[in-house]
Amino acid sequence: MIRIEKLHKSYPIGKEKLHVLKGIDLHIKEGEFVSIMGSSGSGKSTLLNIVGLLDEHDEGNYYLNGELIKDLNEKKAAILRNKFLGFVFQSFNLISYKTALENVALPLYYKGVNRKERLEIAMEYLDKVGLKAWANHLPNELSGGQKQRVAIARALVTKPKVVLADEPTGALDSTTTDSVMDLLRDINNEGMTVFVITHEEEVAEQTKRIVRLKDGLIISDELTSTGKAKAV
Amino acid sequence: MFDLDRWREIFQSIGKNKLRSALSGFTVAFAILLFTLLFGMGNGLQNTFKNEFAKDAMNSIYIWSNYTTIAYKGNQIGRRVQFKNDDFTFLKETYGDKIQTISPKIQRSSEVVYKSEKDTYSVRGVYPDYYVLESAEMMDGRFLNFRDINEKNKVVVIGRMVEKDLFGQLSALGKQINIEGIIYQIIGVFSDPGGDSDERYIYTPFTTMQTMYGNNGYLDEFGITYNPDLSIDEAIAFGNKMLRELKEKHNVSPNDQRGIGLNNYATNNKEVSGIMGGLSILILVIGFGTLKAGVVGISNIMVYIVKERTKELGIRKAVGATPNAIVAMIIQEAVFITAISGYLGLIIGVGILELAGPSLEKYFILNPGVSQPVVIGATLTLIIAGLIAGYLPAKKAASIKPVVALNSD
Ligand SMILES: Nc1ncnc2c1ncn2[C@@H]1O[C@H](COP(=O)(O)OP(=O)(O)OP(=O)(O)O)[C@@H](O)[C@H]1O
Ligand SMILES: [Mg+2]
Repeated sequence: MIRIEKLHKSYPIGKEKLHVLKGIDLHIKEGEFVSIMGSSGSGKSTLLNIVGLLDEHDEGNYYLNGELIKDLNEKKAAILRNKFLGFVFQSFNLISYKTALENVALPLYYKGVNRKERLEIAMEYLDKVGLKAWANHLPNELSGGQKQRVAIARALVTKPKVVLADEPTGALDSTTTDSVMDLLRDINNEGMTVFVITHEEEVAEQTKRIVRLKDGLIISDELTSTGKAKAV
Repeated sequence: MFDLDRWREIFQSIGKNKLRSALSGFTVAFAILLFTLLFGMGNGLQNTFKNEFAKDAMNSIYIWSNYTTIAYKGNQIGRRVQFKNDDFTFLKETYGDKIQTISPKIQRSSEVVYKSEKDTYSVRGVYPDYYVLESAEMMDGRFLNFRDINEKNKVVVIGRMVEKDLFGQLSALGKQINIEGIIYQIIGVFSDPGGDSDERYIYTPFTTMQTMYGNNGYLDEFGITYNPDLSIDEAIAFGNKMLRELKEKHNVSPNDQRGIGLNNYATNNKEVSGIMGGLSILILVIGFGTLKAGVVGISNIMVYIVKERTKELGIRKAVGATPNAIVAMIIQEAVFITAISGYLGLIIGVGILELAGPSLEKYFILNPGVSQPVVIGATLTLIIAGLIAGYLPAKKAASIKPVVALNSD
């Protein structure tokens, strides 16, 4: 599903260059549930943004669903994002003036689905994350956990192949963290590839594979106990 | 082009961000309001000018004769130049295509008597065509006609003040009055916005009057209206040519300023149209200055709005919005806001002009208002301005990398 070879990325800082990713090799197959760990500044978000086509890499190859990603224009990137990828962010990134239902329906609008169908599908996904009753509330009327579940519903609504989550539980307490992780596990069980950044060992342990980053390089890549259990 | 879903997105974005929308709408509405007021008042000023100079027919030419002031071709200085009927024929036949109407005129001060009332008035012998030269309007009866001329009828048309002086509250129509010992029948009464003195004239058929006063074919003046198809410059040239030829016919020196006189309204018109042209330019400059300020205002606000929305645009991109979709959304919103608020400013402006119009007359502003084409032009300008104002920042926003947009706050 995702294949990365010798990926490099640096950010210009003034005249200097900050070399963030220094040759990443990573292969994630369809249906995997992978977490990335590493200290702050190790390049986790950078990697995820590149995988999510929100940013571009400098060197190396990136294949998404077998397609080489190179010199992508914004229009093509937008279409690929809409088709293959769903995002969950630490800070939720919901549109504040839209209701939960409208936020969830937004990706379908850009997919060209008509309004009636859009709202029906969105409602179905809100139901799935247990927030049907909150459909007509604005984001600022929801708790952090509820917002994140709305964001997950939005990530899922286009039936993407890969869900990318950057510290989805970073702003949540332990109970809501568990409910969000349960959701991600359910999604994975349905066959979706899930790729999560986290700082918390307990969270990482709930995935099937942990990739550890340090200073822009992968220092370890192992299956978790659940992962091993499944693999057997 | 009509996409209900897109409009729904835009209405929501406008409705849920009222302050932002109101802010940009206000700028445009205000600019258009100012534009309308300035333009309307400028037009009012122009109307005043037009009105002042439109009392008598705008295309009149008067010709009269007097004593010469220069000796010429063996004629002594101080000779009285006398127009005759053949001058009338000459003008009619030579300038038939340039003349709209022409009337000779004889004018005498005469004593007029009705029963025990009597007074002195100017009596004018004219042709029916003379009517268009004056701004007089018939209140009662009719003006002279060609039958009166041909039959030399002893009839008169009198001014409103003559009727008031001689008849008091009674109607003069059909009554008979005595002018210098001869009885005339009153066939009409006129009023004239020019004032009391213009309403103390008495008109009688030119032929009747000529017969009464010597029957020698003499006449005093010509009143002409020139063909309105002539341009102002052509009309001025026409007047000068008539003057030159009449002077030659009567052996008056071309340099004699008094022997034969001519007053051509076209000359005044030229001055007036010069002033009006100046006014128009002033109005245009002010009007477009205001519009330009509006355009700059809306551009600045659009830059601010797009900046404020960068994060939202990043989110939209992350969930699959293409750059074109982003640009289209922002432009459509900008055009919608500018068009609606521009229209609002226009309505308010026109309303104010309507309400304040009457009280502005003392400041020489008459019937202030804006014409349909100006209104449409201003609205179009604004829509285009909204388009440009929205396009540049939208294009810029759409090209920001999503990761950068998402991290902005
Ligand atoms: N747009 C940018 N411009 C310049 N430097 C950047 C940019 N984005 C990230 N960096 C730098 O790149 C490095 C890696 O950043 P990244 O966000 O990938 O770290 P991370 O592993 O996600 O950290 P955290 O756990 O704090 O989220 C950091 O030093 C960061 O300062
Ligand atoms: Mg990060």
